[in-house]
Amino acid sequence: MLNPEQKLNQKVFSHDVEQLPIRKGFGEGLLFAAEKDERVVGLCADLTDSTVMNLFKAKFPTRFIEMGVAEQNLASVASGMAAMGKIPFITSYAMFSPGRNWEQIRTTICYNNVPVKIAGSHAGVSVGPDGGTHQAIEDIAIMRVIPRMVVISPCDAIEARKATLAAAQSPDPTYIRLAREKTPIITTEATPFTIGKAHIIFHPEGTQKADVGIIATGALVHKALVAAQKLSQHGIFVKVLNVATIKPLDEEAVWRLAHETKAIVTVEEHQIKGGLGGAVAECLAVHYPVPIEFIGVHDVFGQSGTPEELIEHYGMGESHIITAVRKVILRKK
Amino acid sequence: MSLTDEKVFDLEKKALAIRKSIITMLIEAGSGHTAGPLGMADIFTYLYFVALRHDPKNPSWEDRDRFVLSNGHICPVLYATMAHAGYFPVHELMTLRKFGARLQGHPHREWLSALETSSGPLGSGLSQAVGMALAERITAGRTSPKQFYCFTGDGELDCGQIWEAAMLAGKEKIQNLTVVIDRNNIQIDGFTEDIMPLNPLADKWRSFNWHVQEIDGHNFRMIEEAFGQARAVFDRPSVIIANTIPSRGIPDFEGKFEWHGKPPQTDEEKKTALDALRTLSGKLKNEHSTL
Ligand SMILES: Cc1ncc(C[n+]2csc(CCOP(=O)(O)OP(=O)(O)O)c2C)c(N)n1
Ligand SMILES: [Mg+2]
Repeated sequence: MLNPEQKLNQKVFSHDVEQLPIRKGFGEGLLFAAEKDERVVGLCADLTDSTVMNLFKAKFPTRFIEMGVAEQNLASVASGMAAMGKIPFITSYAMFSPGRNWEQIRTTICYNNVPVKIAGSHAGVSVGPDGGTHQAIEDIAIMRVIPRMVVISPCDAIEARKATLAAAQSPDPTYIRLAREKTPIITTEATPFTIGKAHIIFHPEGTQKADVGIIATGALVHKALVAAQKLSQHGIFVKVLNVATIKPLDEEAVWRLAHETKAIVTVEEHQIKGGLGGAVAECLAVHYPVPIEFIGVHDVFGQSGTPEELIEHYGMGESHIITAVRKVILRKK
Repeated sequence: MSLTDEKVFDLEKKALAIRKSIITMLIEAGSGHTAGPLGMADIFTYLYFVALRHDPKNPSWEDRDRFVLSNGHICPVLYATMAHAGYFPVHELMTLRKFGARLQGHPHREWLSALETSSGPLGSGLSQAVGMALAERITAGRTSPKQFYCFTGDGELDCGQIWEAAMLAGKEKIQNLTVVIDRNNIQIDGFTEDIMPLNPLADKWRSFNWHVQEIDGHNFRMIEEAFGQARAVFDRPSVIIANTIPSRGIPDFEGKFEWHGKPPQTDEEKKTALDALRTLSGKLKNEHSTL
């Protein structure tokens, strides 16, 4: 059942659950952040509408800079603005920022330790027909590995809005990962959000103990929930941990879940290597080793197709999560 | 060396057939780019049917010229032209952007081996073309008959890497390299001169030690003349700034940056596009009725 403490959307399992693109939550969050704090500025590299920075641009035209197709410049100009006391948000597709401008982010943002906020849209294979060149599935890994960088991967538009506001208020360099397609709304205004905190959003009823812990992030959290619900109908009980902040990882929440269930499945729309799966494995290898199964992309590139076709093809659908849960149970000692 | 009237008519007919293919494949795909592909259809026609030394039946022919499409998002025109030139069946165009298709949303060399490279992310095609030309010079010397062509967008020129490559090609005097810039004055967020002004564009390239020509990218005689000049230059790389009209052929869509990245979607848009190309067919026949 949904964890009542999290005050989640009660319609999350129904067919007419409201759906919104996660990037839209970012656009609204940026607008709020800018209204609250005049140090917030926005820079975009010729993708103002599709990264939903257009809301900010319309309201604060003098605090918006159009960079043209120049992502390396985007990152370092933002660094310069941050050095002058601004809180710059920079947007493009994740493939190009932070994809193309990694070293500029590393040196001029993180090494300098300035509060630049990077919003990478169109992450994951669910970008669809644009194909493999445009599907960022390595971005969590390349951001997570840079010292000081905070990495947030919201599961829906509401969480993205809260994450954006929280990022604006934090002094750290921050990467916010956004998806293009409409995604079911899981959280509500009342759901708690703090950078660095993961939350159990689904657990067995009553005193039933969980057999497996699913640790999920981003747009696939909804599929993890649906898989969990289906499994419970078959007498397999799981808890689902929504990890919105991949770095710093809420190690205590991960450790507790592993301790309780003795078996973990990670779920992300990203390469397994270096992604959430990698982060969880690094944590548990040190603190509490248990069997882990990984749902994510297996070291290959994406391709054209519909989002659903691609999620299925790359093994990230509900049925794959269910199979992984069954498999990890068999591996339990 | 000027094109005969018959040849121009033939190229115009081919370009029209390619435009029709572009629109039908985009409608079938339901996503993809309209403005750039239609605007570059004439130059692609000239490249594949006149300029390029290639063999569609033997794409890996070692002595072929090399063509790098840097602005990969305009691949509908690349695919359509390749199909009409005989690289693969025209009906395969209807698989554009579909799961498992060779015609990926942005060109992928691994899927379609007749391509010289993959592209989509902007700004890195010119560097690759320069690399190919430098490799050829090391292998075969300056007298190699191979030509190297690279097409770029104009918004794409915002990318710093373009200018890194331009500087290198100027320094290395790569004389068998020809770049064609799709100067259509649009990019995603608006008109190039509002988003990131490029003018004076010809002067920029000249100052990087390139041979520069500016042409009407829809005039086959000018295209022929410019490609000929570019090949004749022996001490510098060449750039052709091709002034094109985005969405050329569909008057209602022409010149509008809104058509950068979407296909005709509503029934009305589809009808507008298909009708416009049909009208163009009629016009073409009338103009050349004496031939
Ligand atoms: C490195 C990179 N950044 C951003 C994009 C997204 N993008 C695709 S096309 C385009 C505009 C390019 O303008 P132009 O080259 O003039 O193409 P046109 O709109 O004329 O077809 C942008 C920003 C990209 N493909 N690659
Ligand atoms: Mg352009």
